[in-house]
Amino acid sequence: MQQAKVTTTELKINGKIHTLDADPRTTLLDALRNHLGLTGSKKGCDHGQCGACTVIVNGRRINSCLTLACMHDGDEITTVEGLGGPDDLSPLQTAFVAHDAFQCGYCTPGQICSATAMLEEVRAGWPSYVSNSLEKMKALTDEELSERMSGNLCRCAAYPNIIRAIHEAADNLTEDDLSEEGQSIKEGQL
Amino acid sequence: MKPFDYSRAKDRADATAQGAATTDASVQFIAGGTNILDLMKLEVMAPDKLVDINRLDLGDITETEEGGLRIGALVTNSDCAADNRIRRDYAVLARAILAGASGQLRNKATTGGNLCQRTRCYYFYDTAMPCNKREPGSGCQAIGGYNRIHAILGASDACIATYPGDMAVAMVALDAEVEIENADGKLRNLPLSQFHRLPGGTPEKDNVLENGELITAVILPPPVKGAHIYKKVRDRASYAFALCSVAALLRVENDEIAHASLAFGGLAHKPWRDAEVEKLLIGQRPSPELFAKAADKLLESATGQGSNDFKIPLTKRTLVSVLNEATKNEDQQRGASQ
Repeated sequence: MQQAKVTTTELKINGKIHTLDADPRTTLLDALRNHLGLTGSKKGCDHGQCGACTVIVNGRRINSCLTLACMHDGDEITTVEGLGGPDDLSPLQTAFVAHDAFQCGYCTPGQICSATAMLEEVRAGWPSYVSNSLEKMKALTDEELSERMSGNLCRCAAYPNIIRAIHEAADNLTEDDLSEEGQSIKEGQL
Repeated sequence: MKPFDYSRAKDRADATAQGAATTDASVQFIAGGTNILDLMKLEVMAPDKLVDINRLDLGDITETEEGGLRIGALVTNSDCAADNRIRRDYAVLARAILAGASGQLRNKATTGGNLCQRTRCYYFYDTAMPCNKREPGSGCQAIGGYNRIHAILGASDACIATYPGDMAVAMVALDAEVEIENADGKLRNLPLSQFHRLPGGTPEKDNVLENGELITAVILPPPVKGAHIYKKVRDRASYAFALCSVAALLRVENDEIAHASLAFGGLAHKPWRDAEVEKLLIGQRPSPELFAKAADKLLESATGQGSNDFKIPLTKRTLVSVLNEATKNEDQQRGASQ
């Protein structure tokens, strides 16, 4: 069998630079959990189907199990640990607690990382599969949230409360946030 | 996962040179990686070397002189579907991309990589089973086995797998071209409809890419006015592959169908397009009889494999539903939501 080399990768995780020396097979998820002690991100299916491993890389939510750590040299990574701690919960973390948006809690870090970045996608005016118009989303409905969060499974099926929690955290989204992109399309300002 | 060497391509020439260094599948490009890493974990694919192309300069959508768009191979699915020009002028493509995968996966999946994603045939994924695509000559257990998701058009005795994607189906309906660079730095363009292939006796080849060839862009022709619809039928409401899907560009003028481009997903080893069906529709007045005739024509040569027999009536109904929607929709620029 061929002997794999060790690659060196610099990762900026939650604002702190880490240098990782690892086999190139190491996924970003395994690097976080097994090499760097950041066990907030969870391994569910390890095949990109459940979303428990969701982290935010350069502002975008991704499945950390389906990417190699060595591909992320120089990237900025935010895990659930970087969103807030017991004494300084993020608005979404606070809402998840307030609405009891979990049972076993295993999918929760992935749900919170995913929802955090998902709300940024909404602010940027990204449409979804269930948006009636590609130009302007009228409201962040339950249907919109379910579609946008379909990459995060909860086997306890705490979905109703997850939706409530995200709604609460999304309440500061204004009508302008939802329509900004749509307006620019209509006015031809590309 | 088997050990492999990792190399980050310095530029396109470096990538294609590394890719062309072998004559088999032992060197693979990696972009978003969401499919190949999954397959490598299961050892369905086991390259000796991964060439990371993510830092190449192929991440822009630019306007072409002809009035279309050039989508760089590394433009993510998310960025493509969110691009204002795509949403406004190529709604069928935005809809198709948004119908696929999850938010997390669309953030990683790239335009070039998505074209190269592999079938989700259960037997292809199960290394304990024979599979002509994974191991040429070993046989096909999907024929006569569990084949609910398999092909009803264009299959062979060697393979009944389907191409699983959505994006390419819309691009085929849009008459897109794919731009490919080889190790000599030469570019070749070919219609995307000729990029994926039917399985025949060599199902191990999903598409016409030669070793070392790198997809650099997908080129869309100038926009087509009319209804832009992508309808996907699947087992779950979200985050599931298509049992069948229809990408439609259709325009009615003076009560007659003036333009019809239709492509279908989930039915074959490649996005399916049938010029005869389009010819049958163009110049005709929309009617239930016409739509039924078009659906029968499309499925004329369809063959069920047992568990997937339902796909034949399902596809007929889905096409008729799309044609109804496309010819009744007053605001033809808008696509369907479901």
